[in-house]
Amino acid sequence: MATEPLPLQKTADVAPADAAPGAAPAVAPETGHPLVRFDDVVKRYGDHVVLDGLNFSVRRGEHITLIGPSGSGKTTILRLLMTLEKVSDGVIWVDGSPLSHVRTPAGVLKPAPEKHLREARKKIGMVFQQFNLFPNMKVLQNITEAPVNVLGKDREEAEARARELLDLVGLSAKIDAHPSQLSGGQQQRVAIARALAMEPEILLLDEVTSALDPELVAGVLELLGDIARNTDITMLCVTHEMNFARDVSETVLMFDSGQVIESGPPEKIFTDPEHERTREFLDAVL
Amino acid sequence: MSDFFSAFFDELPQVRSGLWVTLEATVLGALAALLLSFVLGLMSISRLLVLRGTSRVVVEFFRGTSLYIQLFWLYYAMPTLTGYQLDPLLCGVVAFGLNYGAYGAEVVRGAIGSVPRGQYEAAVALNMSPLHRMRKVVLPQAWVQMIPSFTNLLIQLLKCTPLLWLISAADLMTVVQQLRDRTGETLTAYLTLLAVYFVLAYALTLLMNLLERGAKRRLGLPTGAGSLLRSRSATEAVASVPGGAR
Repeated sequence: MATEPLPLQKTADVAPADAAPGAAPAVAPETGHPLVRFDDVVKRYGDHVVLDGLNFSVRRGEHITLIGPSGSGKTTILRLLMTLEKVSDGVIWVDGSPLSHVRTPAGVLKPAPEKHLREARKKIGMVFQQFNLFPNMKVLQNITEAPVNVLGKDREEAEARARELLDLVGLSAKIDAHPSQLSGGQQQRVAIARALAMEPEILLLDEVTSALDPELVAGVLELLGDIARNTDITMLCVTHEMNFARDVSETVLMFDSGQVIESGPPEKIFTDPEHERTREFLDAVL
Repeated sequence: MSDFFSAFFDELPQVRSGLWVTLEATVLGALAALLLSFVLGLMSISRLLVLRGTSRVVVEFFRGTSLYIQLFWLYYAMPTLTGYQLDPLLCGVVAFGLNYGAYGAEVVRGAIGSVPRGQYEAAVALNMSPLHRMRKVVLPQAWVQMIPSFTNLLIQLLKCTPLLWLISAADLMTVVQQLRDRTGETLTAYLTLLAVYFVLAYALTLLMNLLERGAKRRLGLPTGAGSLLRSRSATEAVASVPGGAR
């Protein structure tokens, strides 16, 4: 499976960043125009500060792994990007536009209404720790429901695409199965196919192997590695699988207490971390 | 054959028409209640305070006042207020609809709340609109949870239809009462009524079990083969006994 060409090369080239409507970022973009940029992002739940003035950016096509102790805010970052949560302060920029803010005529950014969020979500897909397949739909419909009814694709076209994706994830035989008839690993692979069917530019992976039995983890990781190597999808991955971080990502971000405390290529982070906290964390997990 | 049964068979067309009124009141009342359950239930989870508030007030009012009095109010009091007299059957349908709709709204609200949050989040991640999420993801899953409670309410509603006698709606109860008055056979008359209402209630249970089985099959859940004849209740659905050979 690993060697066959993947039917998911994206043909549409990168839209020029300055074509984004209404994009006049309050802060000038950094070099190379990051696809995602967190700009002093704060997330609080009541008095509890999860993200504390977070700054980092992701280049187009980059594969980033977020590591760090539990409760360090890694998953919150993905949830903010998927607009499942609202930022308490700061702005997230995606492709030069504010993700969950709109600009008032006076030039001030204010929280965006649902309509804007739906526009913003078009670029982003997410795979969850608990798979979250829809139990009331069979495998095929899980994959085609949103392409047909959200993207407005032709049903036949969407089904043909779903078959390709199921082939890619090695589950062609399960096309008419209920999610409840699949193993965890199979459900997660369907969930990955479902996310890819929406043709996201950015794929968020939230501890996608944590709920799987150990023997099912490898298949899912191998699939994600294939996707990373054969597509230009930008990936942000929260994981405890350090091998995956090492093999797939170009950049590892180490989080602690709501901040990025260290970032760099995996070979650097895993062999010669600068920060004491990173060293402690890696000693504990490796 | 006793006097009651000879009268019963002599007046069979009337008995049949009484049975028909009972069934009409049950089915139409249940449909009105179902509609109201969804309207009030969905209003109660709205983001708009005015919708939530309205739903709350309506639910509390109709749940908190007696069906008996609502029926009397519609039939006897409303005409003096509006000058307009509703047909007894329609009074019944409206009163049953409002009263059981109020209970049903809580069932709808609870069932929607029981759908795991991850389902909603997955639907957001696939960029579905709020309506699309509700229609295609949340409600189909919540529906399975609602059926056992709706079965209970439906049977309760059926058993309330004898109240129609009090507003002379010529339902089964009314007809059998008349036969009892004529023959003086109280024991047989009421035994007959007990039997008929039991048969009707059990038939409704079977129908609802079929509905539940279909709904579960669509979710790929075990349908519990052979359990069609068993009367289920909401509590039982939750507290299923392990290895329960009953």
